[in-house]
Amino acid sequence: MAVKDNKTNDRKLLNRNLAQMLKGGVIMDVTNAEQAQIAQAAGAVAVMALERVPADIRRDGGVARMSDPKMIAEIQNAVTIPVMAKVRIGHFVEAQILEAIKIDYIDESEVLTPADDAYHIDKNKFATPFVCGARDLGEALRRIAEGASMIRTKGEAGTGNVVEAVKHMRKMRTQIAEVASLLPEQLATYAKEIGAPLDLVRQVAKNKALPVVNFAAGGIATPADAALMMQLGADGVFVGSGIFKSSDPKARAEAIVKAVAYYSDPTILAGVSYGLGEAMRGLDVEGMNEADRLAKRGW
Amino acid sequence: MTIGVLALQGSVAEHLKLIKSVNKKIDAVPVRTVDELASVDGLIIPGGESTTLRILLDEFKLYTPIKVRVEAGMPVWGTCAGLILLANRIEGERPYFGLLDVDVKRNAYGRQIDSFVAEGDFAGMYVGMVFIRAPIITRVGSDVEVLSELDGKAVAVRQNNVLATAFHPELVARDNRIHKYFCQMVENA
Repeated sequence: MAVKDNKTNDRKLLNRNLAQMLKGGVIMDVTNAEQAQIAQAAGAVAVMALERVPADIRRDGGVARMSDPKMIAEIQNAVTIPVMAKVRIGHFVEAQILEAIKIDYIDESEVLTPADDAYHIDKNKFATPFVCGARDLGEALRRIAEGASMIRTKGEAGTGNVVEAVKHMRKMRTQIAEVASLLPEQLATYAKEIGAPLDLVRQVAKNKALPVVNFAAGGIATPADAALMMQLGADGVFVGSGIFKSSDPKARAEAIVKAVAYYSDPTILAGVSYGLGEAMRGLDVEGMNEADRLAKRGW
Repeated sequence: MTIGVLALQGSVAEHLKLIKSVNKKIDAVPVRTVDELASVDGLIIPGGESTTLRILLDEFKLYTPIKVRVEAGMPVWGTCAGLILLANRIEGERPYFGLLDVDVKRNAYGRQIDSFVAEGDFAGMYVGMVFIRAPIITRVGSDVEVLSELDGKAVAVRQNNVLATAFHPELVARDNRIHKYFCQMVENA
């Protein structure tokens, strides 16, 4: 007969473990129960509940905040897969509210308007797991030190342009390889240079990997984009505006799920890309006003 | 001897690593296609999201080949989502493989905040058990052997060549004893 052994220090591990269960999967942004059901039926491993997808947040402007708990609860009741939701950077009370409604994962997200221009949430204080965006290894390890149990690239959300996600994933992989090649006495200086805690830098050097699961996010719009991120080493992908801003969300959602499972098989990728219809319109990141860039939010 | 891990989604790498740690003579390979399935002597269906796994199994035509092999005696082990897919009945939804005479209820302990760890007996070994949004086995058929119990409910079961755990032995990184147990099943099959 087994006994439950729910020590509080197991939370961190359990929360990292849930992210491990999501590997090889697609997490989709949804704005209502109907979209959540479409996402689940298409094979999403989780949904991100939010009032407006990033492309609409960009278009509308104004302050973007945590979604209404009523809308999140409707989505929780509509599906069996895990439900995630976003809070503003630094807004720990929004996180407390999401924990109170038993959200499965909290995304402290640059897509919403930051609530604190200096500090992120002290995520170690929460029993609920957090995912955070990162552009490079230093940012990822700062978030992990604060208690994040999953990392995603920031990309440039709501653009349908994968270039920034590629940049962030490549940077992260290059830096991990770099750390792994250093001598032990070089690690402290490296940790200082990237602004990361030394103990975590040592862990990365030893394991040649981040201590948590790392997904791709920001600008993924096609099955080929999703497979590109997987071949670059992502553990899975988030698709935000890319699905429900396209001409046929159901078909696109199904195609992206299959592309992520069979990311290294070009024949299957060709098949799932066939006749998919119009992808979301998309924005060029190059000509974008600096102030419109979401990825630079977060410190 | 080669053990396959169904590699469509979920904790694939963790299972592969632990099987490889059992014994140098045992190889572990990811299984995504019918050809890859044909090359293995036993199959692990890992933790992940069962709704995602069943869609991908259907789409890539793996349902019948897996079912036929297991019915012909190939050992199979499902962890968490794998248990749900193997069960004869799933509360509120259509069963999938129907290869194990148990009823299950998904997410039966609640949401992620209700995930937990436990310790207890598994077939005479004392092991750590990690339950992540785990299912509960609500009924156990008469031909099914209970290998672990928690709060009076079966959490690990075996029916001949079919093994299933509601928890995730692949997440206890330094303990490969349950993987060894499965390798033994494959060896003896």
